[in-house]
Amino acid sequence: MASKVIQALYNDDDVLMHAVKKVRAEHHHIEEVYTPFPVHGLDKAMGLAGTRIAITSFMYGCLGLTVAVVMMNYIMIEDWPQDIGGKPSFSYLQNMPAFVPIMFELTVFFAAHLMVITFYLRSRMWPFKKAENPDKRTTDDHFLMEIGVHDNEKELADLLWETGAVEVKVTEKES
Amino acid sequence: MYTFSNRLRIGSFIAMALGAIFLVIGFVSAPSTVEEAKAMVAVHDEGHGGGHAEAAAESHGEEQGHGAQASQEEGHDVSHDTHLLHQLQNRPWSALYVAAFFFFMIALGVLAFYAIQRAAQAGWSPLLFRVMEGITGYLVPGGIIVFVILLLSALHFNHLFVWMDPETVAHDELLQGKAGYLNPTFFLIRAAIFLGGWIFYREYSRKLSLAQDESDDNSNFVKNFRWSAAFLVFYLVTESMMSWDWIMSVDPHWFSTLFGWYVFASMFVSGITVIAMVTIYLKSKGYLENVNDSHVHDLAKFMFGISIFWTYLWFSQFMLIWYADIPEEVTYYIARFQDYKLPFFGMLVMNFVFPLLVLMNSDYKRVNWFVVMAGIVVLLGHYLDIFNMIMPATVGDQWYIGLPEIGGILFFGGLFVFWVFTTLTKAPLQPKRNPFIEESRHFHY
Repeated sequence: MASKVIQALYNDDDVLMHAVKKVRAEHHHIEEVYTPFPVHGLDKAMGLAGTRIAITSFMYGCLGLTVAVVMMNYIMIEDWPQDIGGKPSFSYLQNMPAFVPIMFELTVFFAAHLMVITFYLRSRMWPFKKAENPDKRTTDDHFLMEIGVHDNEKELADLLWETGAVEVKVTEKES
Repeated sequence: MYTFSNRLRIGSFIAMALGAIFLVIGFVSAPSTVEEAKAMVAVHDEGHGGGHAEAAAESHGEEQGHGAQASQEEGHDVSHDTHLLHQLQNRPWSALYVAAFFFFMIALGVLAFYAIQRAAQAGWSPLLFRVMEGITGYLVPGGIIVFVILLLSALHFNHLFVWMDPETVAHDELLQGKAGYLNPTFFLIRAAIFLGGWIFYREYSRKLSLAQDESDDNSNFVKNFRWSAAFLVFYLVTESMMSWDWIMSVDPHWFSTLFGWYVFASMFVSGITVIAMVTIYLKSKGYLENVNDSHVHDLAKFMFGISIFWTYLWFSQFMLIWYADIPEEVTYYIARFQDYKLPFFGMLVMNFVFPLLVLMNSDYKRVNWFVVMAGIVVLLGHYLDIFNMIMPATVGDQWYIGLPEIGGILFFGGLFVFWVFTTLTKAPLQPKRNPFIEESRHFHY
């Protein structure tokens, strides 16, 4: 189903921030804002819910730690015990200090990589995906705010021009 | 201007008085002869089922296996008893020294944090400068007390530092080799230089900081920046040497090359924790109205981060020694694993596992009472850290957290609170003309 949206372009992030606050103060729902770089405080101004990526990061870290423990236990204790530095590998616990660097590295490795992959998926970005941003200029020096239109086109356009938009247009959008 | 609340002042006096009484009891009840020492240990063992003495004798026999011949056994027993006497006599002194050093180290850690903020020209922290200056005020009395204890050690009032005893050095080739550096005179001269430099920077920076409030240009601020950068260089060298001198040398045969960093991490995290706690206390009393949750959040982030940093250094020191397993190095940890199980592993839980789990969540770091509660555990953990650094060498397996230890904490804690909050009353809590004060007021994340 195609829906009608109004798009306003800005060429300054400060103007954009004020515009976002003003549009929200007028109780319009901002569907999305496209920016060429992260704008500090924009998520709060738009009223987006806080990110839960930290929770996933913690879980991935725990997973990495578990993988490291299981892996080192298999490699160094069960499968092929070696005697390194006079410390025969008979028990995981007694050789544990030697495995701490690996446990640490895999915790960080899993947390970091899986967090990035989660972030991409959650942002609906994957290989060969068609870009979602409606205007190429949002990858260069323009900021684009998108608001759903519900028979209030004129009112919205006036409001957006007032907030300092450099361009306002109404389009149909596939969703 | 801050006024010292009467309740807090009276509380600090009560703590000092109680602590002083406990310490005096500790000193009076220390044995003065070998017979008394033996009697004390015997009573102690009966009270605990008696298993301890046998186990101790057994393990001692194993250690000294080469001396198993009957003729040597007698001499060994006598020396063992004098050793026991020295350990018991050392206990109140060690308790005094650990607590004195712990609170001194908090002030020194805060001084380093403050100098870093100055040298980095940090924008978020100027609102907290007066709090930090208040805490570093304790550097003067705390430093003098530590110096007096070191002086008394050099004058043979106690046996905290075995290398200070010429009799011991005469029979120890390793100590003779180190005598060029490790001798009482040079030791005290170094201590005086370290303390002099730190106290000088603290007083001068405080003076510039107050002068900046009244001046009409930024010259004092710029001067403070330069002195802070220079101080950090001086501090990193002297702090490292201080940790060898004042702590590592209680085990004069043992050494670790990253010991300076390890002690630094401990003092840094304790200092930051105290900044957070004093800030939250002052804020709860209606002062520091411009300090917001984001400042507390940042301090809590530092508490979290430096706790991990401390663990990293602790483990780096431990793992190399554990893996190499060289006898003269590994004794350090064997003593701790055998006789100090509870404080040693308890400290790891309090300083690593606890802050890791509790301070990880971003939201919790903004909840003030939560930060205070976490801070108390972190501070106790780092007290134990210092305890574990000093006690195994000075009192051995005769350690106990009893009257002298608690007395030391109460006495120096009371003195610390009294001195810090008195210093806080001396100047307005918000710097007036710091060029970054506006940025600090609007700090948010």
